[in-house]
This record gives sequence, structure tokens and C-alpha cells, in this order.
Amino acid sequence: MSNDTSNPAQILENLDWGPAPEDQSAALEWIARSGETPSHFIGGKWIPSESGQTFPTRNPASGEVLRELASGTANDVAKAVEAAKSAQVAWQELGPEGRARHLYALARGIQKQSRLFAVVETLDNGKPIRETRDIDIPLVARHFYHHAGWAHILEESHPDAQPWGVCGQIIPWNFPLLMLAWKIAPALACGNTVVLKPAEWTSLSALLFAELCEKTGLPAGVVNIVTGAGETGAALVANPDVDKVAFTGSTEVGRIIREATAGSGKGLTLELGGKSPYILFEDADIDSAVEGLVDAIWFNQGQVCCAGSRLLVQESIAADVHARIEARMKKLRVGNPLDKAIDIGAIIDGEHLQRVEAMCERAQSEGIACIQPDLDFPAEGNWFPPTFFPEAPLSSEIATEEIFGPVLVSTTFRTPAEAIKIANHTRYGLAASVWSQDLDTALHVARKIKAGTVWVNGTNMFDASSGFGGMKESGFGREGGVEGLKAYLRNEAEVPGEPQDTPSPVKAIEESDFPDLDRTAKLWIGGKQVRADGGNSYPVLSPSGETVGLAALANRKDVRNAVEAAGKSSWAGMTGHGRAQVLWFIAENMESRKEDFVRLLMDLTGDQEETCRAEFEMAIGEWTKWASWSDKHDGHVHDTPWRGLVLAVHEPFGTAAAICPNTPKTPLISFVSMVAPLLAAGNHVVAVPSVHSLAAVEMCRVLEYSDLPAGALNLLTGNPAELAPVLAAHDAVDLICTFGKGDLSAEIERLSTGNMKVCWKMGTCIDSPLEVLDRASQIKNIWLPHGV
Amino acid sequence: MLNPGGELDLDWVLSTRINLSAIERRAKSLSGRRSVKKAWQIGWLAHAVQCIDLTTLSGDDTPGTVKRLAAKARNPVRRDILEAHGLPLDLHCGAVCVYHNLIETAVEECRGSDVNVCAVSTGFPAGQIPHEMKLEQIRSSVAAGAQEIDIVISRPLVLEGRWQDLYDEVRSYREACGDQACLKTILATGELGDLRQVARASRVCLGAGADFIKTSTGKEAVNATLPVALVMLRAIREHHQRSGHLAGFKPAGGIRTAKESITFLMLVKEELGLDSMRPDRFRIGASSLLADIERQLEFHATGRYSAHHRHPMG
Repeated sequence: MSNDTSNPAQILENLDWGPAPEDQSAALEWIARSGETPSHFIGGKWIPSESGQTFPTRNPASGEVLRELASGTANDVAKAVEAAKSAQVAWQELGPEGRARHLYALARGIQKQSRLFAVVETLDNGKPIRETRDIDIPLVARHFYHHAGWAHILEESHPDAQPWGVCGQIIPWNFPLLMLAWKIAPALACGNTVVLKPAEWTSLSALLFAELCEKTGLPAGVVNIVTGAGETGAALVANPDVDKVAFTGSTEVGRIIREATAGSGKGLTLELGGKSPYILFEDADIDSAVEGLVDAIWFNQGQVCCAGSRLLVQESIAADVHARIEARMKKLRVGNPLDKAIDIGAIIDGEHLQRVEAMCERAQSEGIACIQPDLDFPAEGNWFPPTFFPEAPLSSEIATEEIFGPVLVSTTFRTPAEAIKIANHTRYGLAASVWSQDLDTALHVARKIKAGTVWVNGTNMFDASSGFGGMKESGFGREGGVEGLKAYLRNEAEVPGEPQDTPSPVKAIEESDFPDLDRTAKLWIGGKQVRADGGNSYPVLSPSGETVGLAALANRKDVRNAVEAAGKSSWAGMTGHGRAQVLWFIAENMESRKEDFVRLLMDLTGDQEETCRAEFEMAIGEWTKWASWSDKHDGHVHDTPWRGLVLAVHEPFGTAAAICPNTPKTPLISFVSMVAPLLAAGNHVVAVPSVHSLAAVEMCRVLEYSDLPAGALNLLTGNPAELAPVLAAHDAVDLICTFGKGDLSAEIERLSTGNMKVCWKMGTCIDSPLEVLDRASQIKNIWLPHGV
Repeated sequence: MLNPGGELDLDWVLSTRINLSAIERRAKSLSGRRSVKKAWQIGWLAHAVQCIDLTTLSGDDTPGTVKRLAAKARNPVRRDILEAHGLPLDLHCGAVCVYHNLIETAVEECRGSDVNVCAVSTGFPAGQIPHEMKLEQIRSSVAAGAQEIDIVISRPLVLEGRWQDLYDEVRSYREACGDQACLKTILATGELGDLRQVARASRVCLGAGADFIKTSTGKEAVNATLPVALVMLRAIREHHQRSGHLAGFKPAGGIRTAKESITFLMLVKEELGLDSMRPDRFRIGASSLLADIERQLEFHATGRYSAHHRHPMG
């Protein structure tokens, strides 16, 4: 690759690239010095592992051991959490301006040593120095600057918000310092303290950052760094004094963390894997789109959660595009990441390299054609060439599984609709790129892709002002921007929710349960009254034990049918105004049934007429309130240092399950107040009302003639304890809401990991309507460059 | 070697799509992605010297100034510096570039060397003269001994979308140049409005038989930029794929530092390859660039930063 002769006359002829190495001496010196006694950074002190054990961290480009790291034990973690806990109040009370000054000092400190950070990162991670120098480290500094600002204005921008307390943060190896910044900056800005565990392959920049914290006088215990592998992270997640957990990494580990924190009440944000589509329309700037692939899939060796790894190219240009990609690949330079003229550095670790190799070998053994340029690699280190599977069947492993390497797969599409369908046909929803010079096409497709970030005519663009994070199995929560800040705040008015009773088993029907004139309460699924699949009903009892009526007893098949119906509804496709009209109409129609409702409520609750009228009025009020809000949940435009617009738009989750609380005294309002905001945000709802709730059944009778599209709301009466777990485990349910705290929500959280659905404990805090809508929806950031 | 050109393919011309932000991202990241150091920098800088069209285009140009310029083009770098680096002692610039009236002097002064004489033409720089006079100017310049003719396209034809007229215009220049003179078409990209127009104009000129497409006259407010270069290089690549003829590229105007010249060369290497870096396919139109390269080459020889007055004037 590089010419070993350094004769200018000869170079004048061949015009080769020569070596252009970055100086590593200062970084190696720091690594040697800092590694003399491998330590954690706890409470402002450097403390070796209690066990005395260490493990090596290597340079992926050479395989050489750079230094040893302390292996964190559960006790080390406990010490760090204790230090963070005891520092938290003082840190919070330092106030916005005080915290802002510290964050500003960190931003400045990173800039002052930017080259040292960049070289240490490249040595430890194997990514090209160009990336650490020009991308990672500048973004880190920007993140701290931006959040110094947030710290300063926090009381004005979020008057009722409070920090969680101690945040346990676990970060991956692909962007070690940048992920640290994404975690620590917002946490500190909001007044939290932090225990962070860097990835075991790449802990050095975190330790260099800890030194910076020391130098800038950050109060002891505000930032604690504990090094170690998976078990260290597990101890951090499990520590009862950790109030909030934030994790970036694989979906697999995300599942384990979701299960481990289930029912703990800990805040949780997860940024997980992806298989992001890169959609190329025939009216795109094709050369630029091909060049964009270099930044999409050959950036950071493809070890990027949001890598544009799935190329979707319009059939009319596929052959041309494939030829251009092949030609472009030949120009890529793979090798010593400290060389300033290298495009692709070293794969993080031999173990990961083997995984990437194995996936590509399996694809080839399945007969899938593979293109790799002929490149020379250095003798030592972990190398993998840029790789392209131009015709990977959609059903192949290589086209569906996250590879986390420099491997691109391609497929074709015929129409925009087909592109959207293929793009969304994945478990993941982290990011997407759309290339078209046609504004209508680009924006339309961007809106339709289920992903947290969509880049139009670009790729892998990040900024502290704009939230990054996934949908579906790519996780939940955002990092960056005002939406990311929310992950580190909770509402001051938070009240502990009433424990949700484990619902009593529904009672068997006795002869005396039959009323004089029969009234059939069925399930309501897909806009139709349907009988329960099991053919069973159960009596709904008044407080005095008398049967008010019979309700259909739903089982798991009814859950299946309801979720199916919800998935087909047209509700989400309506405008906010359209939804508002329907929700108002529901209130109007309900009003005309006032006396029926009041009588029913009196029977169900045994309460006085006045009390029941009040509940009825409240329920009407809920419908009109959410009708009013449904076209007012505006998104925003981020102020990003960039020529273009970053549009943050709210999108519904999709299918939301609502497990209503068992509230014998408020059977109507407990149902309406849960489902109405979910509907207002555009979700399709499957609701399990209180076992007592014939009121919900009655409500659905009103919905039948209120223009609510079929499937927008589905009602499953029965035993919540039986139905909720089925919904929690259902992989087509995107959001599951419970009310209050209790055993049921713990079980739901544990069972939610199949598709990493979001679990929302409504009512754990008194949120403003906008906050409720924020939680009933997710943010997509659309990056829309412009320029002429 | 000369570009025969072909029929105007309007579909191809009009189908071009350019995304400015993506073009800029590529252009901006290039200097971070590639770097040449030490011996490689010396070799590349010496190569840049070979690609310079050493230019003087002023109202006060006289045979005297052009003589000096031609002498500099024949011996652009001090002999001791070339010796120190082991570079060929006959290193010379690609051409001297002058107005028509100075062709005769330039031809005389370049005789016996491989330095070509290049004349700007067709009512340079604005091109606002009758078409017949433009053709006459080309013929006169070729007759006077100019081996390379740098014409300006009529910008109104681009701005009015008269692609057929532009094609016909350049085609007639091709014919006027005959089968001897190299035709470089100056797009004056700073006056075309946007990069899509640059791409379209590039395609028309290439299709009409331009041997080089050149960015600027040096007189527009905005001259050679990397984004413009990227768009033009990609047009050359497509034309090559379609016709089999690999045309040349000449950025001109505003390139004053050694580093900039290397960045342009890096872009050519990345987008097109080695063949397109040679002086028969790559030129830089510049007047002060050489002085900066000389200083850099001396620095590499001595380890001391150099001064302008240590290098002979042109």
C-alpha cells in the first residue's frame, strides 16, 4: 500500500500515498504512567480493585497490550455508588450556574488536550485518527458545551424537574469517549452524579477524562469511573442505590438490563443495535450517495449502531450504483489507524473480528456473491476489508442481522412504497438515510420510516442539540437535545403511585348472576362487538357483592386478535385535527348517554348519584381535553450548528396496551384517562379495563358510532393478571402502560424484552398534558440539509 | 489524444443531480482523510509544479514581463533545491498562459523546452463579443503558435438553459482549434449560479469536444473551489465511461498555497486516479502558487522556513 522507497523522484512518477503517521509518544507516555497502578476513579481518588485483579487492554491495530485495567468487583461498584450518592446533594445544590461552570471547564479541558484524547482513543479503539481527531473529540467538546448551557438554564427551562440522583451508566467500545460524553454531560447538567463503566476493551479515554475531572476541580464523587467487564456492569445495574440506568450497546445486553431492572423503579434508557436502511432513489445525486456510503458503513470499521448497512436502491439504477460502489471501494485505504491517510482502521478485537468473518463466510457459503477489494493488511492486528454483498436476499442472515463490521448488503426496490416497506421490515429502528433530490419523495419517505433518526441526503450526522436514539428493538430514550435531557430529570411533583392490587381472580358465574333482561357485554375488537374466544363470561360485582352484569372473559387468543386489529387501524394516519374531531365527537355522543352512564356507575360503585355524575363529567372532560391537545403536540426545529433543519417530530409508538388500574370506585375515569391520551398521540390501543368495568364496555358502545376507525381502540375485559402478561410478551405491542406501581408492572417489565417495548408507569408522577403526550409518543429527528 | 466529442445527449445533461451539502462534506473531509508527508510531499509538490499553467493576464503585460514568466516556467525551481531532493533538473511548468498579443513572445521564449504556450481566447474573460470574432481569435492564436487555447463559454447560454447553443458554440471552438491545439473550456463557475449548472455545462462541453474543462478565468468573484472541482471531476468520469475519452481538468484562480495544490491533486487521485493527475490531464492555472511551492521545497531541503525573495522572480 505505501511505497517503502522515499525517493522524491520516484514518487514524482508514481504519486503514491506515503505513510503519514500521527505522533503517538505523548499518548504512550500517558498510558504507561496511568497504568502503573491500575485503578478505578472513585470519590475523586484512584483506587485499585478490591480484589487486586487486573486485565489487559490492547491496541487492536497491533495486538499489543497497552496497559492493565482494574477489574471492578461488586464492592468496587458499591463504593463508587456510595461516593456518587454522598456527592449528589451538594452537586445539585451547587445550582445551575455552578454546575454550568464545571461542565464548561470540562469542554475547555477536552479542547486543550484534544490531540492526546484523540491519539489515546485511536490506540485503544483502532479507529482512524482522522475520525477521533475530526469527529469524536470535537463532538465530545460540543456535548459538554451544549450541556453547560442546559445546566445554566435548567431552572427556567424545566422548572419542576429534579434529578434522579445516582446514574449508573454503561457504555460501548465503538465511540468510547463520545458515548461517555453523551451519558455524563446531561446527567451532570441535571444535577445527577454518575458511576460510569466503560467497555472493557476501551477504558482508557474514560480514565483520561477522569484525570480531567480531577484537574478541573470537579467535586469528588460527582463522576466515578469503574473499569471492568460484564459482571462489573451487572453489579452497577443491580445496585439498589442506583436511581437511573443508561446503557448503550447490544440489544442482547439491553434485554438483560431490562430484565434486571424490572420492577425496581429505576429510570432506564437503552440505546441498542440497528440495521439501518440507506435508501437510494433514482433521482438522487448518485455519486454523492455512493460517497455517503463511505461515511455510513465504512466509518469506524462499520462498528456503528446506526451504520447504514442495508442499501436499498431503486431497480432502475441498481447496476450503475453497484458498479460505482465497487469502484469506490477500491480507493479505500485500510491500515494503521494512526496514519492520517487511512479510511478504515482495525476491528476492535480478535473475538469480534471472528464474528464478522464468520457471518460473511456463512453468507458466501449460502452462495451470496461478495465483493471485497484486494488489499494488503499489516501483519499484526485485526483487519477486515470493506465488504459488499450486492444481492443479499432479504431472507438471508447477512441482510437481517446486525454485523457491526464494514459489511454492506444491498437489495432493490421498485417504488417508494416498496422502499418504505422493506426499510421498516426489521426488528430495529435506530436510523435511516434517504437519498433523493426530490423534496416530496425525501420528506415523505423520511416521515414513514420507523426510526429515531432519519438523515436526508446524508448520513451519520450527530449533534448535541438533537436527540439520538431508537425505536422498536433499537431501544428507548434519546440522547442529546431537550429530548435527551428528559432522561435525566424527573418531575418534582412526583408522588409515589398507589400500589396496584394484584387483581382478584374473576368470579365464576352463578345462576343468580343473570339479570332480568339480558344485556350482552362483549369484547370490542377491530370496531366490532365480538364474543370472547373462550366462550366465557364473568360477573361484575358491585361493592356489596351483587352482580351488576356479565362481562366477556377474554383470553390470550382475544389478545392476539385485538393486537392484530390494532395493527391494521388507520387511526395513526389521521391528522391531529382529524383525531381531535373524533375525540370531541366521542364526548358529544357520551353526553347524550349521560343518564345511562350515571345509573351504571351508581350500580358499579354503590356511590351517590352526585359522586357518579362527577365521575361522568370528569370522563367527558378527559375526552375533550385530549381532543383539544391532539393537534397541539408540536415538534420543534433544533438549533444545530449546521446548514439545514433538524426537525424533531412526534410520532406514535404504534400499538399501545393499557392495563387500567383496579379501581372499583372510579371504573370509568380510570379507563378514559388512560386511553384518551394514548389515542390523542395517535396510538392504536388495546385496553384491559378494571375487572369491575362494565363502564368501559358502555364507553365502547359510544365509540361505535363516534367515527373512531376500526381497531383504534380495542377492549378486552377479563382478568388483567392473565391478560397483561400476554400483552407484555406480545412482540407487536410497542408500548405498554400500567398505572401506579406494583407487582404487575414488575412482571410486565420483565416480559417486555421480546421486542424491547416501552413500559410506562402512568400516574407515577403528575405530568403536564404535554409531558403525557411526550411519553405517549416518540421523537424522530429528521436531518434535512439544504443549500444551493 | 484530443477529445473528438460526440452528439449532444440532452437527457444526460439534464439528468444530473447535485446535492450541495453532500458535495461539500466530501470536499471538506478530503483534507482530513488524506495527507502526504516528507518525501511524498516533495514528490507531490514537484508534480504540482509540472502541472502549473504559469499565468499572466493583465492589461500591463509586456513582452518583457512575459519573457521573465517564460524563463521561470522553464526553470521554476532553484537548481540546488532540485539537486538536494534528487529531482529531475529539467522540471518545468506545464505552460505559460497569456493573452493573444503576447503569444509570439511566449513561443519564442519557450522554444526548445517542453513548456507549452497557452492563450486565453474568445473574448476572455467575459466572452461578450460576436461569435465570429471569437472563432477568428482562436484561429489567430493557433496560427501564432499557441498549443493550448483557453476559451470562455458564453455564460448567458447556461443561464438561459440554451444547451444546444452552448454545445454548438463549443463544437465550433473545437473545430477552430483544429487537430493540433488543446481546447480548454472555462466554465466561469462562479457565474453559473449553482453546482447543477456547473455539472450540466461540464457535460455539454465534454460532449462537444473539450480537452479540458476549466473552472474559472480568475476574474470572477469566486474561482476554483473544491466542491466545484468535485462536480467537474465527476462529469469527466462519467464522460469517460460513456465515450472512452478521458478529458482533463484545470482548476484556476485562487489557488495560492502549496497545500491547496496538493488538496486538488488528492481529489483528482481519489475521484479519477493516476492517469488524470498527469500534466496532460491536469493543470492548475496560477500565478503566485509557484512561489509558495518553491519555499516549501526549500524548507524540505534545509529544514528552515524559507522567504519569497530567496527564489528567483518570474
